[in-house]
Amino acid sequence: MESDYKVKLEVFEGPLDLLLYLIKKEEVDIYDIPIERITNQYMEYLSLMQLLNLEVAGEFLVMAATLMYIKSRMLLPADQQVTDTEADEGEDPRWELIRQLIEYKKFKETALQLARREAEQANLFPRAGDSGLPVDRKQAPLAEVSIFELIAAFHEVLKKAGAREDFREIYEERFTVSDKIEEILYSLRDRTEIRFGELFAESASRAEVVVTFLALLELIRLKRLRVRQPEPFGEIYVIKVP
Amino acid sequence: MTLELKRIIEAMLFAAERPLSVQEMRTLFAEATDEEQPATVEAFRHVREAQIATALEELKLEWETQPRAFQLIEVAGGWRLVSRSEYAPWLKKLLDEARPHRLSQPALETLSIIALRQPISRADIAAIRGVEVDGVIKTLLERDLITVVGRNEKVPGKPLLYGTTQRFLEHFGLRSLDDMPKADELRQQAAALRTAEEQTVRSQEPSAEPGKTYEGKTQNPTPTD
Repeated sequence: MESDYKVKLEVFEGPLDLLLYLIKKEEVDIYDIPIERITNQYMEYLSLMQLLNLEVAGEFLVMAATLMYIKSRMLLPADQQVTDTEADEGEDPRWELIRQLIEYKKFKETALQLARREAEQANLFPRAGDSGLPVDRKQAPLAEVSIFELIAAFHEVLKKAGAREDFREIYEERFTVSDKIEEILYSLRDRTEIRFGELFAESASRAEVVVTFLALLELIRLKRLRVRQPEPFGEIYVIKVP
Repeated sequence: MTLELKRIIEAMLFAAERPLSVQEMRTLFAEATDEEQPATVEAFRHVREAQIATALEELKLEWETQPRAFQLIEVAGGWRLVSRSEYAPWLKKLLDEARPHRLSQPALETLSIIALRQPISRADIAAIRGVEVDGVIKTLLERDLITVVGRNEKVPGKPLLYGTTQRFLEHFGLRSLDDMPKADELRQQAAALRTAEEQTVRSQEPSAEPGKTYEGKTQNPTPTD
């Protein structure tokens, strides 16, 4: 039996990287890509990746389909070109891909220069040291409310969400903690604190409440947020750490 | 005892833990109070930004020409004291463990895109890079190099929009976003593409002749009439 483990191919992170590599290797003009030759090379590379049991991301297969499509369109005589939309008419079938490649290539070059700047900058030490985080954030206390109080408050919200669910249509939605982290930070963008309950105001399902709560815990762990409870068993407030 | 403007600024830069802008320094002069030397503090109350800028240039030159281990650089809209690069070997030994690791290639590419096309959604970044960017975005957010700057209300799902932070400029030693490599070119390209798209939408009427040409290597998709 073949081994289950797969290696992530770092060199060609995506299909555009692979195409740029092939264009360079074949020494062809990016503005006039010989589509048949490049497509063949691309497919060869894909089968090689599969043979080596490398993980081939879905994006590579989408690009393969795109290349095949362009290739087939190039084979048609000019007056029999089939186009998707009228706006496409008279356009080189390769154009969209070429435009994308050129744009991406420029950003790769920019990234290279940023890397150079980063390396230069790593040799310059500012006065106060540099840990990547503002100093006050490091010193912020973890939480002024115990985890049990948080869990109790969470339990209340969850109970309400359970009741709410009966009256709502359930959508097939997936929530991730990192999405929720951003949403929480976004809802605090121009104020410094928010009531605990408000964080869950738009949560439609128990799953969403759970994920939102996990996001909150993570933000507290990262010292981006603090929680405080002015009165015992009273309302809990979530505060942004400056 | 008379104090020199230049030396007060030197003290500010020495004590500051982040780049200080000329405006910030002017505010410090305007708002400082002291019981022991009120007259001196008062004497600098109305220092102008131009005077501060001149003093900064003088300090910069002074430290460049004297045998010092540090220098004055302009970064993220402000001024900051940093060590000279030749002393890095020892300082790295002293401090490097606390420093964050260098960014990966995907992270650098994603940052370049965000820096030059902000505000931009994940989907638009993914479209340029041809791969999904969720993991990279998470890392960049955690390192405070990018931040959420809003939502695109015009698109279904109202996706979050990202932009770069002050910390981003500091990390790469950039004075501002205009300091980005290829800044003009890549921004202009975005603007040109938008105009081209608008024109295509407007000229969707029968004007284009079907299958006129496809061997042309034009960079511009506008049909020739």
